[in-house]
Amino acid sequence: MSLALVSLGFLDAFTGAIDFIFNQRESTVAGDEVGGLAQIGDLTVDHLEVSAIALAGSLIVAMPIGVWLGHHGRGELLAVAIGNAGRAVPELALIAFMVAFVGVGLVNVSIALLILGIPPILTNSFVAIRQVDRDAVEAARGMGMSEPEIVARVELPLAVPTLMSGVRTAAIAIVATATIAPLAGVVTLGDLIINRNVYGDDGVLAGGILVAVLALAIELTLAGIQRLLTPRGLRLERAPARA
Amino acid sequence: MSAPLASLLPLAQGDDFIQERTGTGCVQENGFFCAEWAFDNFDRYVTPLVEHLVLVSASVVAGLAIALGLAVMSHRRRWLVPPLTGLTGVLYTIPSLAFFIVLLPITGFGRTTAIIALTAYTLQIIYRNIVAGLDNVPAASKDAGRGMGMTDRQLLWRVELPLALPEIIAGLRIATVSTVAIATLAVFAGAGGLGDPLYADLTFRTNVLLAGGLAILMAIAFDALLVVAGRVASPWRKVRPV
Repeated sequence: MSLALVSLGFLDAFTGAIDFIFNQRESTVAGDEVGGLAQIGDLTVDHLEVSAIALAGSLIVAMPIGVWLGHHGRGELLAVAIGNAGRAVPELALIAFMVAFVGVGLVNVSIALLILGIPPILTNSFVAIRQVDRDAVEAARGMGMSEPEIVARVELPLAVPTLMSGVRTAAIAIVATATIAPLAGVVTLGDLIINRNVYGDDGVLAGGILVAVLALAIELTLAGIQRLLTPRGLRLERAPARA
Repeated sequence: MSAPLASLLPLAQGDDFIQERTGTGCVQENGFFCAEWAFDNFDRYVTPLVEHLVLVSASVVAGLAIALGLAVMSHRRRWLVPPLTGLTGVLYTIPSLAFFIVLLPITGFGRTTAIIALTAYTLQIIYRNIVAGLDNVPAASKDAGRGMGMTDRQLLWRVELPLALPEIIAGLRIATVSTVAIATLAVFAGAGGLGDPLYADLTFRTNVLLAGGLAILMAIAFDALLVVAGRVASPWRKVRPV
């Protein structure tokens, strides 16, 4: 009997969350309507917007540095140390740091998320370029390719799997942390989780489900992009470990 | 509609933690770092610090146990490696905060929920490193073991796993340091930790630096501890981080 009650309760919670996603309802505080596909869609777009800005920013900052260091075989200690240090940055403390010291809003949150994306991209692009077979690089040089040509046509294509695994790690970290962006005044899907008094328990659970689904969808999309970018000859080889 | 959740999500805990921001001028003006306040109030951070330590330790130990089991299981059944890598990859990808929330109706508000989600997060990193470590054991070492008459089981525990130790330690370092960082979100699962004081007052600079700093120090301490443990456990080989 009690077992049945427990399982019923937990199914009820999920049914409520699904209902919240599909049907608009009265907010738990007076006034506004909450939930429904239109609002979920808006929040998803907001979530993707701040994540995309941050990911693009960390790519622009970190990838050229990583590729340059890797091509010249310099700064290994720096690249690895930044990667290691980046893992130790606590997500909640980073957002809190922005709130307490820098400020709130889209620009500040994007910078915070961008900082989170830099270490995996920098380290992986360095390692990715570095591990390209030196013989292949020598062969390209022997064929008369210039250094930029070697980077663009030999090193980068061969580096795609490791490089993209860094981009995927960064994207996941950014999308995950964008969930707490509402604490710094940027509305994302995390608003459903953080502002329980507005959305109610169904909204909170809906937020959890939607963030999980969004992260998995982005990971799948990036895996697909990685497949498209990987030279055919490399596709049969084993995928590299995440850094 | 979903009454069971209502009692499970009191997110506004720790309300009385810092908000009475009275006392010295530094605190009132929200100075860069009010050392005096930090010194006088350090005891408020001891419980969150211990909670954080327990969350991370329990999650990494559980993650190691499960990942080790999975790796040993798939060691002689290679076809299991891709599906297990995929499965742990999915668990790795789900943001911990979302995982906490989705678990709440099932496992309730508290430490269990946080530990389950954090353990799930560590599996991929540890599993991959154990598999890679076992793959890198030189064939000659295995042959020598077999020549001495070792069974498969003896070979695994006395030759292969010890020789895989550097990679396993490297995986544990990555998993532990990341978990210390992510465990700051365990406050949303009602599991306390250093996220508790952080979330209680995001605008108070001394609080943010103190709680965030303690989390970073804990990550560094865990990392150093694992490096030392790895050296002690494998005197024949230096630990190389991956």
